[in-house]
Amino acid sequence: MIEQEVTITNRSGLHTRPAATLVKVASRFKSEFFIVKDGFVINGKSIIGVMTLAAEQGSTLVLRFEGEDEQEASSAILDLFQRGFDE
Amino acid sequence: MSETVSHPAPDGMEILLKGIAAAPGIAVGVAYLYSKEVPVVEKKDIDASDVEAEIERLRIAVLRSEKELQKIHAFAEQKLGAGNAKIFEAQIMILNDLVLMEAVEKRILREKKNAEYVVYDEIGKYRRRMLESSDEYMIERAHDVEDVMNRIIRNLRDQKLFSRLEGESIIVSETLTPADIVMFSRNQVLGYATDRGGISSHAALLSRSLKIPAVVGLRNVTQHLVSGDMIAIDGYSGSVAIRPSAETIHRFEQTGSRFRAFEEQLVGLADLPAETLDHRNIELSSNIEFQDEVQFARVQGSAGIGLFRTEGQLIGRGEYPDEEEQYELYKHVAEGVYPENVIFRTFDVGGDKMMPGSIKEDNPFLGWRGIRLMLDTPEIFLSHLRALLRASTMKNIRIMFPMVATLEEIRRAQELVKQAKADLRSRGIRFDPRIKIGVMIEVPSAALLAEEIAAEVDFLSIGTNDLIQYVMAVDRDNSYVAPLFQQFNPAILRLVKSVIDAGHKKHVWVGMCGEMAADPLATLLLVGLGIDELSVVPSMLPEIKKIIRSVRASEARRIAKKALSFTSATEVNEYLVSVMKKRLPEIPLQV
Repeated sequence: MIEQEVTITNRSGLHTRPAATLVKVASRFKSEFFIVKDGFVINGKSIIGVMTLAAEQGSTLVLRFEGEDEQEASSAILDLFQRGFDE
Repeated sequence: MSETVSHPAPDGMEILLKGIAAAPGIAVGVAYLYSKEVPVVEKKDIDASDVEAEIERLRIAVLRSEKELQKIHAFAEQKLGAGNAKIFEAQIMILNDLVLMEAVEKRILREKKNAEYVVYDEIGKYRRRMLESSDEYMIERAHDVEDVMNRIIRNLRDQKLFSRLEGESIIVSETLTPADIVMFSRNQVLGYATDRGGISSHAALLSRSLKIPAVVGLRNVTQHLVSGDMIAIDGYSGSVAIRPSAETIHRFEQTGSRFRAFEEQLVGLADLPAETLDHRNIELSSNIEFQDEVQFARVQGSAGIGLFRTEGQLIGRGEYPDEEEQYELYKHVAEGVYPENVIFRTFDVGGDKMMPGSIKEDNPFLGWRGIRLMLDTPEIFLSHLRALLRASTMKNIRIMFPMVATLEEIRRAQELVKQAKADLRSRGIRFDPRIKIGVMIEVPSAALLAEEIAAEVDFLSIGTNDLIQYVMAVDRDNSYVAPLFQQFNPAILRLVKSVIDAGHKKHVWVGMCGEMAADPLATLLLVGLGIDELSVVPSMLPEIKKIIRSVRASEARRIAKKALSFTSATEVNEYLVSVMKKRLPEIPLQV
């Protein structure tokens, strides 16, 4: 299992468009992907779950990956956050 | 004001209600009760042998829901642009959420409960969590989630009869949001009747521009009928009849044909100038919100656009469109309007208007809205201004700031315009260097400081909707105090006069873009007060033009002088009605 902390940098936070990108990228991997925010855990491959997070700019999330391709999955997702979802 | 004329009647009996006429027209048809409440869902056990069939039923309902949404999305995209259609994209994504659907199917399998219940319970969890948020955006998304949930449940029940996609109907609802109106405009909607809301609510403005009759502020219309009942609405006078008798329908239709006959008289006026008998020209332009409306405004004979509400581009989305998307819209509108001018009002969000990532305020109308919000988010404002400047190369764009209360706000906004210009210049991008800047006069302090403001800008436009609500201290959407929303109150008339005089003293033109500008009862008075420009909902252009063309400037001045001599709104109103009845008996008045 890999756990990583990220801070949201793009202005609009995890609004619909970045949320959709996140889910799309995560779904490419076999590993399970969970996001933890304020003790609340959601499935990172579920758009409705990600939308529920209300993660705005500056908020911190813990990303949790578990599965055979967890290394690849975590670096792909981290890259998304670092690029601010290209916004 | 609304009142129940008759007491609750037994089923099948006609009920007459009186509300506020929000958009003109007569409609008679089948009611569709649009309820935002969660439908009552029964929890039922199913046999182990039926589990597979139940899951299949769910899959079909989800597929159908997706088909419906694809249709709505395509329509919204074509009619309102890709930005406004995004709300439906989000809903489609929820339907395609594999994790969610898998969870629902697993629960049906494990708990052996009916699909309606599991959908309601599982999706409801997310909805509740979103509703707990204080973020306006999240609450809007909760409505999306709810809409998806209700759509699946309706399809599970195989209820198609009153679905949003089929048949002509009159939408009856507690309230309607602008997004609802956009969504319903997909269908053959004959009219709207709502419990709450006022004539100036955003939804009412939108239904007027889409030419769909609407009566609002009916208080309890939703409790008197069920979907499928007949209903007749009169958007001229604000009357509504539930399960109307043949006689009532006849009466409503007569009103309608009287108004339509008058409308026919107005054909041909479009090409004539809006000037008085002695050739004093009034710039008669349109208030619009969507690119689509430019064409209609032109056909109706509009001298340009006096108010383009840029916040229309924000409907149903949680973020501001980027500079490029804004620029595309403004450029298309400017091209469509050319050689006439278009006044773009900068984002006027907050108050009752949708706003990305908003905060909760105790008094939104006295809160963070209009220019206040823009000055506090300079990055957003700068990209907005750059988009407007870039679209101004044909030199027919003017910029107007809303909700200005102080001179400092104007100076800071002008400073940002300068900064946006410098930025474009340094990148070699062309724009109109002498772009005209104006201010909306809608806060009492700005009205009182009109002369000082006029000294620093190119034009003033009186926004009567907010000005009246702030001067009279009355919420225009609260039907309990709506009668105090008096545009003919002597205090308002004096203030309007002083703003016009102040502008003229500083040699800038003064227009009006509030609802009052489109009220036939006010036209002679406003011309007499010396107004230079009236910007109105496009459907009212011919009527207002006819009134302007019927009078000499000197006569109008006399009428205005007399109107200013009264001490109550009732007297002013009665006087103006008597003048209109004598001079222009053919003009229908909404009194």
